[in-house]
Amino acid sequence: MDMVTLSPVDLGLAATLILLLGVVSLKLRLHQTRQLYIAALRCTLQLLLMGYILKLLFAASSPGAILIMALVMLLSAGQAVTSRMHRPLSGRWSYFLGVAAMFLSSFTVTLFALFMIIDITPWYTPQYAIPLFGMMLGNTMTGVALSMDTLTTTVFQNKQSIEGRLMLGEKWRQAIQEQITTAIRTGLTPIINSMATTGLVSLPGMMTGQILAGSPPMTAVSYQILIMFLIATGTGFGVILAVHGTARHLFDHRHRLRLDRLTGGNG
Amino acid sequence: MTLFAIRNLHILTMAPLDLDLAAGECLAVTGDSGSGKSLFLRALADLDANPGELFLRGQPSTSYPPWEWRRQVSLLPAESSWWLARVGDHFPGPKSDLHQRLAEVGLPADILKTPPHGLSSGERQRLSLLRVLLNTPTVLLLDEPTANLDEKNIVLVERILKRYQQLHESALIWVTHDLAQARRVATRHLRLGPDAGHELKDV
Repeated sequence: MDMVTLSPVDLGLAATLILLLGVVSLKLRLHQTRQLYIAALRCTLQLLLMGYILKLLFAASSPGAILIMALVMLLSAGQAVTSRMHRPLSGRWSYFLGVAAMFLSSFTVTLFALFMIIDITPWYTPQYAIPLFGMMLGNTMTGVALSMDTLTTTVFQNKQSIEGRLMLGEKWRQAIQEQITTAIRTGLTPIINSMATTGLVSLPGMMTGQILAGSPPMTAVSYQILIMFLIATGTGFGVILAVHGTARHLFDHRHRLRLDRLTGGNG
Repeated sequence: MTLFAIRNLHILTMAPLDLDLAAGECLAVTGDSGSGKSLFLRALADLDANPGELFLRGQPSTSYPPWEWRRQVSLLPAESSWWLARVGDHFPGPKSDLHQRLAEVGLPADILKTPPHGLSSGERQRLSLLRVLLNTPTVLLLDEPTANLDEKNIVLVERILKRYQQLHESALIWVTHDLAQARRVATRHLRLGPDAGHELKDV
């Protein structure tokens, strides 16, 4: 079965739906119309750009080009993590820790999948490497941003009890244990919930896409299961690394709580 | 003999501070709000970085692991912290000893099963005091330990602290607003401020 390709006219029809939603939200004074249109425009431009780059990458199929692409994606994800935090660490530390955590988890898990599970030759076949890494990174990024934001926010709110524990002779890791646990749990909740409800409540986008493109449902299903496991693992290790790295950075060598290392944390 | 020595400690814009404390001694610290009394205690517990040096029995604070230093030079903050569901969760170790110690501060054993936020400020303050004393600190830093307490509880807390000080030959540094209390409990008196000054005198 060949896939029905979409013409610009088809997408234009879909765009009129967005226009309609914008008009309704204008009438309801939701003050969302502007953001909605900007987001829709960004979505279109970014995806067109990505499609164009993927076309080039598929044609070139060189490991160097793939790695540069992956690096650009990784650095953009680091930027997104920092921008979602209310109190990031000062001196770009949230950015470095976020990038390092996502690199270690997403990169490793993607490479593991390419070499050991999908076992594609060559491993950098862009049709596999880029979408796989993109999905890993997108989900890991959400978890890492959520957990780092939770950690810095709860530590800021619980300064008194953390220092109270230090005063009683606890080491920094003990004193911040509750906040570390909360942050990791918060970062892992979305992927655990999504694994638990997938196929029941929601049909994942990737699987839907594969089926629309003509794959047999069972092939799409097994890829979706693989992706879910990879995403959960990547997110889990990414979150653990990011939270522990951030927690470590909130204390100095004398186990003092250093809220001055948070932006806006001097109060 | 010097038990606790402070050298060249910098608090706010004040002139650097040097001080020696003997075992069994109590120093009262007074000063207006914002004069740096709490910052002084925090620096002694090594909770804030300071260019000054601290010595316990001649050993510099940097030669102790930080958690060990804070068990020896312990700060009892003005506001006590409780981070677990029940009072008893904050007291690790065997409970049999603990019941005896609770009785000494006038608290029933079953208080361990209650949630901390349901207690009166007097009960919380005595529990917080007991918790820090169980570490048997050598130097005890007290940040207004009887603020917000009624007359009966003030007498009780002062008595507990005096008894501990005598039993363990420990040194106390006692921040207070109450000059009468300073005279009651302390042998020396450090007044922080005003301006860049501080003044040390015998009570």
